[in-house]
Amino acid sequence: MHPVVKLVTQRLALGLLLMLAVSALIFFGVEALPGDTAQAMLGQSATPEALANLREKMGLNEPVLWRYGHWLYGFLTGDMGVALTNGEDIAKSVGGRLGNTLFLAFWAALISVPLAILLGLLAARYNGRWPDRLISGVTLATISLPEFVAGYLVLYFLAVKLQLFPAMSMVFPGMGVFERLSAIILPVIVLVMVVLAHMMRMTRAAILNVMQSAYIETAELKGLSPLTVIWRHAFPNAIAPVVNVVMLNLAYLVVGVVVVEVVFVYPGMGQYLVDHVTKRDLPVVQACGMIFAAVYIGLNILADVVSILANPRLRHPK
Amino acid sequence: MSEQLNYLLARAAKGLMSRREFVGRAGALGVSAALASTLLASAARAEEPKKGGLLRSGMAGGESTNSLDPALAASEVPFAVNMMWGEMLVDVNAKGEIDYRIAEEISSSPDATEWKFKIRKGVEYHDGSTVTADDVVATLKRHTDEKSQSGALGIVKDIIDMKAEGDMVTLKLASGNADLPFLMGDYHLIIQPGGGIENPTAGIGAGPYKIVANEPGIRHTFEKHANYFDSTMGHADQTEIIVINDNTARTSALQAGQIHMMNRVDPKIVGLLKGAPGISIQAVAGRGHYVFIMHCDKAPFDNNDLRMALKLSVNRQEMVDKILGGLGSRGNDFPINAAYPLFDDTIPQREYDAAAAAEAYKKSGHDGSPIVLQVAAGAFPGAIEAAQLFQQSANAAGIPLEVKREPDDGYWSNVWNVAPFCASYWGGRPVQDQMYSTAYLSTADWNDTKFKDPKFDETLIAARAELDPVKRKAEYSELANNLRDNGGLICPMFNDFVEAKRDEVGGWQPDPNGELMNGRALAKCWLNT
Repeated sequence: MHPVVKLVTQRLALGLLLMLAVSALIFFGVEALPGDTAQAMLGQSATPEALANLREKMGLNEPVLWRYGHWLYGFLTGDMGVALTNGEDIAKSVGGRLGNTLFLAFWAALISVPLAILLGLLAARYNGRWPDRLISGVTLATISLPEFVAGYLVLYFLAVKLQLFPAMSMVFPGMGVFERLSAIILPVIVLVMVVLAHMMRMTRAAILNVMQSAYIETAELKGLSPLTVIWRHAFPNAIAPVVNVVMLNLAYLVVGVVVVEVVFVYPGMGQYLVDHVTKRDLPVVQACGMIFAAVYIGLNILADVVSILANPRLRHPK
Repeated sequence: MSEQLNYLLARAAKGLMSRREFVGRAGALGVSAALASTLLASAARAEEPKKGGLLRSGMAGGESTNSLDPALAASEVPFAVNMMWGEMLVDVNAKGEIDYRIAEEISSSPDATEWKFKIRKGVEYHDGSTVTADDVVATLKRHTDEKSQSGALGIVKDIIDMKAEGDMVTLKLASGNADLPFLMGDYHLIIQPGGGIENPTAGIGAGPYKIVANEPGIRHTFEKHANYFDSTMGHADQTEIIVINDNTARTSALQAGQIHMMNRVDPKIVGLLKGAPGISIQAVAGRGHYVFIMHCDKAPFDNNDLRMALKLSVNRQEMVDKILGGLGSRGNDFPINAAYPLFDDTIPQREYDAAAAAEAYKKSGHDGSPIVLQVAAGAFPGAIEAAQLFQQSANAAGIPLEVKREPDDGYWSNVWNVAPFCASYWGGRPVQDQMYSTAYLSTADWNDTKFKDPKFDETLIAARAELDPVKRKAEYSELANNLRDNGGLICPMFNDFVEAKRDEVGGWQPDPNGELMNGRALAKCWLNT
């Protein structure tokens, strides 16, 4: 077997194993909390009889391992049960929210990742000179601003004062793609501001690191222009660390943007999860936990695979 | 002069100027306050409603966990949503009187134990079926069932028998209650087809708007119910409630014109918003009050001298000024204010008196160990700051009050009704009896001060069946005085509902019963374009 295929398969298998471990952690963690789902549903008005009936109905009297298997199977087949608080089908409501979150993350990533890498290359090219200082200064300033401050600033100037963009990023089913895009402009701006610096600095650092190597000197002596040297020779060797940071930021765009969602009234996963945690709606919390874990693990596997593929020593074994 | 007056009137009627401002400016033109109020009322009536358009509100108080089951409504957005699609037997209007809705006539036996409600003919649900007396009985039955977990259980549990005959619903009560019609205006008691027993979350009612999209925690959209029975409501073709829990986001949306009205303006920014173009602040004195509650049955709060010492050591005016930004009024240690019918305004206002507090504290014989007040930021807006003001004024009187911060998460289940001294909030009720019965009767579920006084209970139940308003007022005054001097309630302030609307919204009338014109703003207002 080709060593790359073997390595990638190993990574995938490890990821699946990790997912299984996380699912067990989520399920048994919730299980270990005092009280059970039936008690949470009935609340203060729980009589022993009603509790027994509901436990019977929900299958809570079955052995715990059986229930874990059942829950996991349901999750894999898209049946996540119903929310305790309003009786809605979890898969359906999570589906809509997840779609919104991914939509926002996709556009933020589409703008921020190429921009960050481009700026990183430029900063490396003009290392120590004013373009480098300008790029670093501006991006470090935007990352240092807490998200909600950035959100309010953008909101105040672009939505309230200049009235260029809508203040609320409300999206709903049946909305056209262009309408959606114009609705999410402000949160995309804020998210780009937040994730840009990390990726840019990493690109710059990785490239500068490679620039010390002998083969870069050779390339320079060959008479290649500085940008060609960076793009053709330095960047391919700097991909692995950059990809890792990019993936971390992508994961953040999916699982960590609850503050931005709140400021711009965007119906994503974060607010949904927070609402259900406050109400102790455990089935929903479990489902969201699994989805977030899957996104995180998935993106990290992707980062691993890309760095493996980007390494010529692994692609062309002797 | 009359030209100027007409100009002022037009502005005030459109809501560009507050009532108080109008009366003040009219006074400058030599018009008496009484005449100014009359003029304003007729001008507001004279403004013609405009039909059509899409009217939007942005509201705090909605979660993705909200249900359409009216029995479960507990926060602001579900309440407002239900008021769009639902109708009760009656509404309590802004003046504190009964507006007939599904019921068109109400009569009672002389002892107020048997009530007859005549059901309006030909009222149509959104699904085309007609509201019947059987639906009314089924609805009330569902709320009396503990399994429905209805927020109105305490209201309907005194009904021992209900029956429907033709278009007449007869309710028999365990004991007389002269306020029953007001109780039927409770927002949980929305009449549903078949009582909502089959499908409580269907969202089918007889209200002015039908549900189009229901996305809890995000938005709720509605369209006009074409066969709605009341032509004075439902002017816009479509309405929308957008859930915006973040204060800044909500205010920005209003300023940017994406919503036409909002609830819960942060008192801290009222001054700033007043200068914003196209927006007016609407402050309405309501019945909601911020409280500190002591359990009368737990040491050291079982000692009335200590309770009195704490009551005397609150600087109420300071709290109204600093916590409410002046948008509210001082409380008097009983849960009733002038917004209630039969309020006794001769009861003296309790003032901050460090000397008297120190004396009462000394008399209580308390050992001087710290008295701990448990507070979470979510108990009421500004709760932590209010507790700190309380701590300072109490310490100045030599009372060792200490503030302990609790997390918001779980506050209402772990601290409120459990800890002997904590901060809380009450939303008020339409009538005095309901407020006292909900929280101060010995047997009340929500008796959060553990106040148990047989004399109080006796007077409360006697007042309930009393149909003579003079005697009733005297009885309520007795209850108020008893609670003020012996109860476990420290009520430093009543908060106003502070809301904001854009100038193009017409038909706005202040309503002390609830937020956004008691949930009916979207149905009663219209868009002037």
